[in-house]
Amino acid sequence: MGSEFVMLSLVPILIGILAAVACALPGNFLVLRRQALIGDAISHVVLPGIVVGFLLSGTVNSWAMMAGAAGAAVVAVVLIELIRRLGRVEPGAAMGVAFTAMFAFGVLLLEQSDTSSVHLDVQHALYGNLESLIWVEARGWGSLLDPAALAALPPELMRIAVVALLMVAFTVIFWRPLKISTFDEGFARVLGMRTNLIGLGLVIMAAVAAVAAFDAVGSIIVIAMFICPPAAARLMTNRLEIQVLWSVAFAVFSAVIGYVLAGYGPLWLGAEDAVSAAGMIATVSGIVLAIAALYGPHRKRSGAPAD
Amino acid sequence: MLFEALTLQLGYNATLVAVGAALLGIAAGAAGTFLFLRKRALVSDAISHSTLPGVGLAFLAMAVLGGDGRHLAGLLAGAALTSGLGLLAMHWLTRKTRLAEDAAIGAVLSVFFGFGVVLLTVIQTVSIGRPAGLTDFLLGATAGMLYHDAVLIAVAGALAVVAVWALRRPMTLVAFDAGFAAAAGINVRRVDLAVMGLVMAVTIIGLKVVGLVLIVALLIIPPVAARFWSERSDRVVGIAGVFGGLSGFVGAAISATAPALPTGPIIVLTAFGLFVVSLLFAPGRGLLVGWLRHRRQQRRIHMRQGLLAIAQDLPIYERYTLNLLVGAGLARPDGVPTELGHKRAAKACRDEARWAVARRMHSHEATVSRYDGLRPIEAVLTQDEIREIDRQIAGTDGEGCA
Repeated sequence: MGSEFVMLSLVPILIGILAAVACALPGNFLVLRRQALIGDAISHVVLPGIVVGFLLSGTVNSWAMMAGAAGAAVVAVVLIELIRRLGRVEPGAAMGVAFTAMFAFGVLLLEQSDTSSVHLDVQHALYGNLESLIWVEARGWGSLLDPAALAALPPELMRIAVVALLMVAFTVIFWRPLKISTFDEGFARVLGMRTNLIGLGLVIMAAVAAVAAFDAVGSIIVIAMFICPPAAARLMTNRLEIQVLWSVAFAVFSAVIGYVLAGYGPLWLGAEDAVSAAGMIATVSGIVLAIAALYGPHRKRSGAPAD
Repeated sequence: MLFEALTLQLGYNATLVAVGAALLGIAAGAAGTFLFLRKRALVSDAISHSTLPGVGLAFLAMAVLGGDGRHLAGLLAGAALTSGLGLLAMHWLTRKTRLAEDAAIGAVLSVFFGFGVVLLTVIQTVSIGRPAGLTDFLLGATAGMLYHDAVLIAVAGALAVVAVWALRRPMTLVAFDAGFAAAAGINVRRVDLAVMGLVMAVTIIGLKVVGLVLIVALLIIPPVAARFWSERSDRVVGIAGVFGGLSGFVGAAISATAPALPTGPIIVLTAFGLFVVSLLFAPGRGLLVGWLRHRRQQRRIHMRQGLLAIAQDLPIYERYTLNLLVGAGLARPDGVPTELGHKRAAKACRDEARWAVARRMHSHEATVSRYDGLRPIEAVLTQDEIREIDRQIAGTDGEGCA
């Protein structure tokens, strides 16, 4: 656990933790509002967004690609609403139509344009490159106090840290309206809250988290972290405050254990290379959910018959 | 080039792929309709993503046993196994815990897919059994498809179509009214299972052609598009099958014309094109028809109001109303009514008065509840009844609609 750890693993673990927490926080409300699959839809449409961002800017500039991804998320939300309202199609199917078509468009665009020179492909979009976000300048734990080394931190770390802070701020500041409108929309409206604005704000925050996390870790973690930690936390308690804390704990646990298993697990088993950290983090979060579903104290529907 | 592709002249393999994709599309559209009518369209997303670990495991198993590792039937069997497990996990989560179905879908799809990605990296690491081409299952690839693979897909697609046909009645009944179906002695859970089985079969057949990320589209988009064209479930199933088949065939043909046109995305975008056409132009539920209906209603209301204004000698300020009256020869552009205009206005006025009387008469209660200020009174009442109403008007000295 010396300088090698700081250089190779510290930053990916931190990014993994921050991405997991940034997604799990809005995920709590999405799961309770039965909008869990919004995360799924958004993380699919990010692909055409980054491709368009790349084509317009001509570089793999992260900001251009993130702007493209955010734009695509907005387009997707609008498209889903349009299909739902104009076509009178149920929300799930409207989502399925919109995100698959946009994803297909992204893949086609990627194949048509000359992106062979840069590291931009579908696999990367799906499972990211967490392992490659190493801190080249690090010489050991002491580098944490060295300004020159700190300046060379991967920019993804700063971005995801800012977004994770934003998610915490959003959750804390809008706690009351979020909570009330999630559990009783009618009551929230009676209190004078703009429930559709709150809903829209939540979806936008989810999109911001998805785009930022996607940039660092790929879309598979995004979907897993939106749903698995909050769902597992839901089975642990009946109080929203406690649920959010549980979900953050589960998210951190999944990120750390997943990364360690992926990075060091194969070595313990005698293999030489690491396996996909993103995939392993998603897997660990699934195991956490399975355990919660088997033994969680509040796993049953209240009032459900025992069978 | 495209013409040759569409008329199956691009060689034996391209033809086989196009036919296979068409059969797959028909099966997907038809099977997807029942999922869509049951409002569970996104369940297919969980099923398709949970095939990935199966592909990886089957590859590892075959490679360890000394095989090629890329035998398509074996890989698809593995895919079927884990997607079945995914389906079970989803059912278990929704039935045994208080999580809603969407959370269960999302959890299963992300976790199974994540585990599949782990397996893919394991396969890369151990480097046995020539793993090149495994990632084709993500997005589909028909370019290097072998003859017997294409036959496998075509035959399985045809079987799935037959299965949908055989099960269409119970599946329709359950899709519309599960309670009634249960009362009629149908085992709803078994029918649901059959729908899921069909969807799973279509997903697995489609892995090689469309890929697991996009096969969902072939199960969702054709039924949603078909729904615009009919209110009858059997027709929706049929139309969805046609749309799916068309997307598969045209998509496969287009993608055979150039190397940088991946099959899966082209098929999906073709289906999306059909959806957009349906959304805009379908009769009944389409946007264009709805807009035209709205315009016609608007025109009738303006016309009626204009005529009533003429009858009461009121000036017409509304530009649109005046234009309509001028266009019909009922008024001059300066707003002065023509001879015909006065005549039609008097008729409109008289009708209005008749309606007013009719609404007071109990014998016409059912009829006049349909009064909307637009329907000519002759359309709902007989000559005799109108004469009776006129007599009452004369008695009460009612003068027009003023």
